Amino acid sequence: MRVLRPAVVVVAALVFAFVVLGIQQFQNFLTLGAIYALVALGYTMVYGIIELINFAHGDVFMVSAFLSMWIISVPLGLADKAIDDPLELIVVLAIVVFVTMVVMGMIGVVIERFAYRPLRHAPRLAPLITAIGVSFILQNIIQAIFSTSPIGVPQIFPRTKLDILGGSIGVLNIFMVVVALVLMVALQLFVSRTRLGRAMRSTAQDREAAELMGVDINQTIAITFFIAAALAGSAGVIQGLYFGSIQYNLGFFAGLKAFTAAVLGGIGNTTGAAIGGFVIAFIEVFAAQIGLARWSEVAVFTVLILVLVFRPSGILGQALGERA
Amino acid sequence: MTSSRARLSSLIRAHRSISVLVGWALVGALLPVIVLLPPFSTFQGQGLWVGGFANSGVFILLALGLNIVVGLAGLLDLGYAAFFAIGSYTYAFGASSFTGLNVPFWPMLLVGAFAAATFGILLGAPTLRLRGDYLAIVTLGFGEIVPAVFLNADTYTRGTNGIGGVAQPALPFLKFDFTNPVPFYVTMVVILAVVMVLVYRLQGSRLGRAWMAVREDELAAASSGVNTVTTKLLAFALGASTAGLAGVFNASKLGIVSPDQFGFAVSFTVLAMVVLGGMGNAWGVAIGAFTLYEIQSVLLKELNQFFQQLQVPFLDTIDFVQYQFLLYGLALVGMMLLRPEGLFPSRRRQRELHDVSEDVADVPPPTAVLGD
Repeated sequence: MRVLRPAVVVVAALVFAFVVLGIQQFQNFLTLGAIYALVALGYTMVYGIIELINFAHGDVFMVSAFLSMWIISVPLGLADKAIDDPLELIVVLAIVVFVTMVVMGMIGVVIERFAYRPLRHAPRLAPLITAIGVSFILQNIIQAIFSTSPIGVPQIFPRTKLDILGGSIGVLNIFMVVVALVLMVALQLFVSRTRLGRAMRSTAQDREAAELMGVDINQTIAITFFIAAALAGSAGVIQGLYFGSIQYNLGFFAGLKAFTAAVLGGIGNTTGAAIGGFVIAFIEVFAAQIGLARWSEVAVFTVLILVLVFRPSGILGQALGERA
Repeated sequence: MTSSRARLSSLIRAHRSISVLVGWALVGALLPVIVLLPPFSTFQGQGLWVGGFANSGVFILLALGLNIVVGLAGLLDLGYAAFFAIGSYTYAFGASSFTGLNVPFWPMLLVGAFAAATFGILLGAPTLRLRGDYLAIVTLGFGEIVPAVFLNADTYTRGTNGIGGVAQPALPFLKFDFTNPVPFYVTMVVILAVVMVLVYRLQGSRLGRAWMAVREDELAAASSGVNTVTTKLLAFALGASTAGLAGVFNASKLGIVSPDQFGFAVSFTVLAMVVLGGMGNAWGVAIGAFTLYEIQSVLLKELNQFFQQLQVPFLDTIDFVQYQFLLYGLALVGMMLLRPEGLFPSRRRQRELHDVSEDVADVPPPTAVLGD
C-alpha cells in the first residue's frame, strides 16, 4: 500500500504529461526533467545538511558540461561522428560519465573545503555571498579557457529512433532518462541503507548530536558535496550530448531552475527534488508548446515565488522526514 | 589648538547632516580638479572623467540603497537591479518620444522612486516572512522576471530595442545635453548628498535602530516590541526607492532604456560593491562603489594598454576587462573569509561579525573536554 499509492500518482502524472504534450514534446520533457532533477538533488542535499543555498552549484553543472566535452574530444580524441558499434558506445559513455562525475565530485569537495567550511559558524549571509563569489570564479575560468561563444560538443551518440506508441523516440533520450533514474535510485539506496547515508541523515537532523554519536561531521559534509557535484556532473554530460552546444553562462539559469525544482519538491527532500525537476520541465515544455516559449522563464520564477509564499515546505515538505 | 580641534569634532557630531553635506560638497568640487593632475590626466580627458563620475554616481546610489537592505536590515536582495529597471522604465514611459509624454525630470525622480518602492512593497509584503536565504532566491527570481517582462512585452516597451529618445532634465540655468557631462555630474552630486544625509538620519533614527536589531537577532527584536514585518518592509521599500532614483537619472543620462541594462550582473556588481565597502557603513559603501566602478571602467582598460605598450610577455595578451567578474568573485570570497565586515566597516557590524566566530572559538572542542 505504501509503495502502491505513490506509484499510481507517478504513473498518472506521466500519462497526463504524455497526453498533454504528445510524444515528441514528452521526450523533451523527460530529458529536461532528468537534467533538472539531477541538479536539484545537489541543491537539496547541500541545503539539507548545512542549510546553505549553494549558488555555485549551477556553475558546477556548467563546468561539468565543459569537462565532459573536453574528455570526449581531447583524451578520447573523438570527432563529431556517431559511434555505431553499441559496445564501443557503451564503453565510451561509461568512461565519460564516470570520469566527469569523479572529477566534479572532487571539485565540489575542494570548493566546500576552502570556501564554505571556514564559514560554517559565521552569520548566514557570509557563506551565501561566498557561494556567489565561487559562481563568478567558475564562470570566469571557463570563459577564459573556452571563450564566451557557444562550443560544440562532439555528437558521438547515434540519432537512432525507435517507433513506439505511434511516434519515434530517440535512443539518446532513453539512455539519458535511464542514467538519471539509475543514479536517483542509487542515491536513494545510499542515503537510506548505508552507514554513510545514515551519517548524512543524522547530520542533517542535528549536527551536534550526530557528532556526539561519533559521526565525522567534516567527512560527512564533504561526501555530501562530492555526491551533489557528481550528480551535477552526470547532468552536465547529458546536457552536452543532448543540446550539442554549451556556453559558459548556461549554469545560471539551469541552476536557478533546478533550485526552483528543489524548493518546489520541498527542500531537503531528495524524492521531492526529483519530482520538482520534472514539474519544472513540464512547465517549461508546456509553455513552449502553447507558443509562450519566451515566457517560460517568467513562468518558472513565478512558480518559485508562489511556492515560497504559499507553501514554503514544497510538495512533499518535511512530512516524509526523508531529509538527506 | 587641541581645544579648537575638540570643538570642531563636537561641532561635527552635533551637526551630522551638515558635516555630511560639507563632506560631499568638498568631494564633489575636488574630484573634477584632481583628474587634471597626473597620473589621472594621462588616462583620459577631464570630460570623460566627469562623465564617468556621473555614471559611477548611479552605482553609488544603487549601493547606498542596497546597503539599507543588506547592510542595515540584513536582508539579502539578489534582484536589486529590478528596482533600477522599474525606475528607468517609469521615466522612459513618462518622458520620451516613444510615449509622447513629457513630464519634467524633477517630479519624475520622485515618481520613479515611488514606483520602485511600490514594487518593493508588493514583493516584500508576502515574502519577508520567509527565512533569509529563501528571500535571496525570491529576489533573484524577481530580478530575472522584471527585465524579462520588459523584454517580452514589446508592444509597450519595444522589446530588445529599448525605448529611445528619453528626455533630458531641464533647468533654467543649466543646459543638459549628451555632449556636456557637467550638468549631470552636478545633479548627481546633489542627489547623492541628499540621499546620504537621509541615510545618516535614518541610521540614527528609531527605524534605523530597529533595522539593526532585526539584523542582529530577529527574535530578540520582536520580543522587544519591534514590529519586524513593517521594519523589514520599510527597509525594502526605501532601498528600492533609491534604486528608482538611480534608474530615472540613468535613463535620462543615457537617453535610452533597454532590458539588457538590468541583468543579474548589475545586481551582483552592486552587491560586491556593498560587501567590499563594508556592509552597514554608508561612506564605506560609497567608496566601495566608486572604487569598483572606476576599476572596471578605467583601470582595467588602462592595464590592457599599459601592458600592450610595454609588450610585457604574457600579460599583454590578457584582456583584463574580461576578468572583471573573476575579480568580483575573488573579492567576495576573499572578503567573506578574511574581512567579512568590508574594507571600511561600520563599528557595530564589525563587532557583530567577529563576535559570532569568537563565541564559537571560546568553546573548547569536545575531545579536549573528554581528554581521550
